[in-house]
Amino acid sequence: MPKQRLKNLLKRFDFLTERDSKDCSSVLVPFARHREFFEGFEREFDFNMLMDVTAIDWDQSTPRFSVLYHFYSTLGHCYLRVRVDCPNDGSPCVPTISDLWAAADWHERETYDMFGISFSKHPNLKRILMWDGYPYYPLRKDFPLAGHETDLPAADVAEETGAKVLPAPMMGGPFVAPNAGHISNSEPRAKDQSWTERSTKPTNHQ
Amino acid sequence: MATTLHNLSVGDTFARAEEFKGEKMTLNLGPSHPATHGVLRLCVELDGDMVTRCEPVVGYLHRGDEKIAENMTYNQFVPYTDRLDYLAPLANNVAYALAVEKLAGLKMPPRCEVIRVICCELARISSHLLGLGVYGMDTGAMTVFMYTFTEREKLYTLFEELTGARFTTSYTRIGGMSRDIPDGWLGRVNKFLNGVLPVIDEIDKLLTRNKIFIERTEGLGIISREDAIAYGITGPNLRASGVDMDLRKDVPYCGYENYDFEVPIGSHGDCYDRYLVRMEEMKQSVRIVRQAIERMPNGAWYCEDAKKIFAPRKDKVLTSMEELIQNFMIVTEGPQIPQGEVYFEAENPKGALGFFIHSKGGGVPYRLKIRAPSFCNLSVLSKMCLGHMLTDIPVLLGSLDFVLGECDR
Repeated sequence: MPKQRLKNLLKRFDFLTERDSKDCSSVLVPFARHREFFEGFEREFDFNMLMDVTAIDWDQSTPRFSVLYHFYSTLGHCYLRVRVDCPNDGSPCVPTISDLWAAADWHERETYDMFGISFSKHPNLKRILMWDGYPYYPLRKDFPLAGHETDLPAADVAEETGAKVLPAPMMGGPFVAPNAGHISNSEPRAKDQSWTERSTKPTNHQ
Repeated sequence: MATTLHNLSVGDTFARAEEFKGEKMTLNLGPSHPATHGVLRLCVELDGDMVTRCEPVVGYLHRGDEKIAENMTYNQFVPYTDRLDYLAPLANNVAYALAVEKLAGLKMPPRCEVIRVICCELARISSHLLGLGVYGMDTGAMTVFMYTFTEREKLYTLFEELTGARFTTSYTRIGGMSRDIPDGWLGRVNKFLNGVLPVIDEIDKLLTRNKIFIERTEGLGIISREDAIAYGITGPNLRASGVDMDLRKDVPYCGYENYDFEVPIGSHGDCYDRYLVRMEEMKQSVRIVRQAIERMPNGAWYCEDAKKIFAPRKDKVLTSMEELIQNFMIVTEGPQIPQGEVYFEAENPKGALGFFIHSKGGGVPYRLKIRAPSFCNLSVLSKMCLGHMLTDIPVLLGSLDFVLGECDR
């Protein structure tokens, strides 16, 4: 993004903080000014395409979740990354922007589905990739790669057959070498060995 | 509402249709239905034959690619990118490699860039050939499919020679390619290009002025310019709506700025325009590949200063200690990518395929998000289908040309 555009943006919204970035310009919006920023941003700037909405789970640190938006300007041919940190690690919530960019509708549903971040005033906030009623949020860092044992989405089939959704067998991959520690520990190994011949299947826990 | 039929004569269909007006029926289309091009499910609410509500239900092919990416090294994820848009795996490989290389700050040598451009454009031709073939089938023109699949078969032979696999190519590595192009391959690509142009003309003769095809597609499923931008639609679908956006021109990567090609733009944004744009894009791709073959430079086909990222050549690994250690470290710990965030989009056959990577350093991404063009393109469907006939839905789906492997990830 040309320097001047970023300057204009920072001048118009003085509460923004510029973030370090490898590529496009990146700004941090304080949570309290979220709606105010996006309403003004949509009206006054030509970043007309919302390309992507996603989130990062910072695991142990606080705030635990950050929501990231990527905008593209079809006129200026440049990107902008906007980041908002969610307060309240237990039940993170961010205002929706699906009334400003229609693309946000599905992206926010996906972020909700994968991270459990709810978007307030979203018209249709329900799961999109996982099935309705799935009890976990798969992209959170505390969700194991193999998954948890859960009930089948089809209740009638489950009742008749007793089938369950099982964690994936992790024997044989994917192999990842731990990056830290002594060299003897850094041989490639299946990262999530929660279900191998030696240890039992993971139980339902969260 | 109770319906009385006492004063209807047999065969008085118009009156009967009036009688039933306002009675809604919900129809479940898919998830396994030949017209839905994969495991897409549509919950359609119908009033007679008219669609009054259409809710796409996706996720039947969700494999958790993003979770998997967080648990493996950068190079290990390359085969997973094949399975995103499985009709253009080479383009996905290139987009992913470019994203990681952007994070690592690597600049590829010219030969590598030209090879990648050829890969992307051949993938585009292959994807559009399939897209148009099945689109023809959706509208009732079976013959087109036979023509396009014959050409695709030739392309797959070329891909096999290049990468060792027909579909799951996994051709790129972070910092280069898995191997150089084989001897004489460019000549065979050129031969293919000579053969594909007459076939494109043949399809053109079969469809472009075909009365049945025009009547089924023209004025159908119009996506306005404003809607296309608001819904984040990209690729040929966006350009058919009259928006001049092509990342190859606007945010050039891989040296696309050095090629001479045109970006076709539609004017109405209907199904017919989307067909026309894809037809023209194939011809432009042929142009780009021709230029690439002409200028194919000699030299390295991988980044030579990417010491901790690109594995050294096999003959060096077997004879030199340092290269052996380097190879071992890259294979076990993954390519060492510096910490930082990057978002990169490439103009894929289906639209802008984006990768957002947050790295904390080391060989494994902390977070990798795939921005799938098919996912965004499908989100407009609930608006686009309104007021159309049920029998038009296969045409609408065919014109969007999506892939569920990419949409569901």
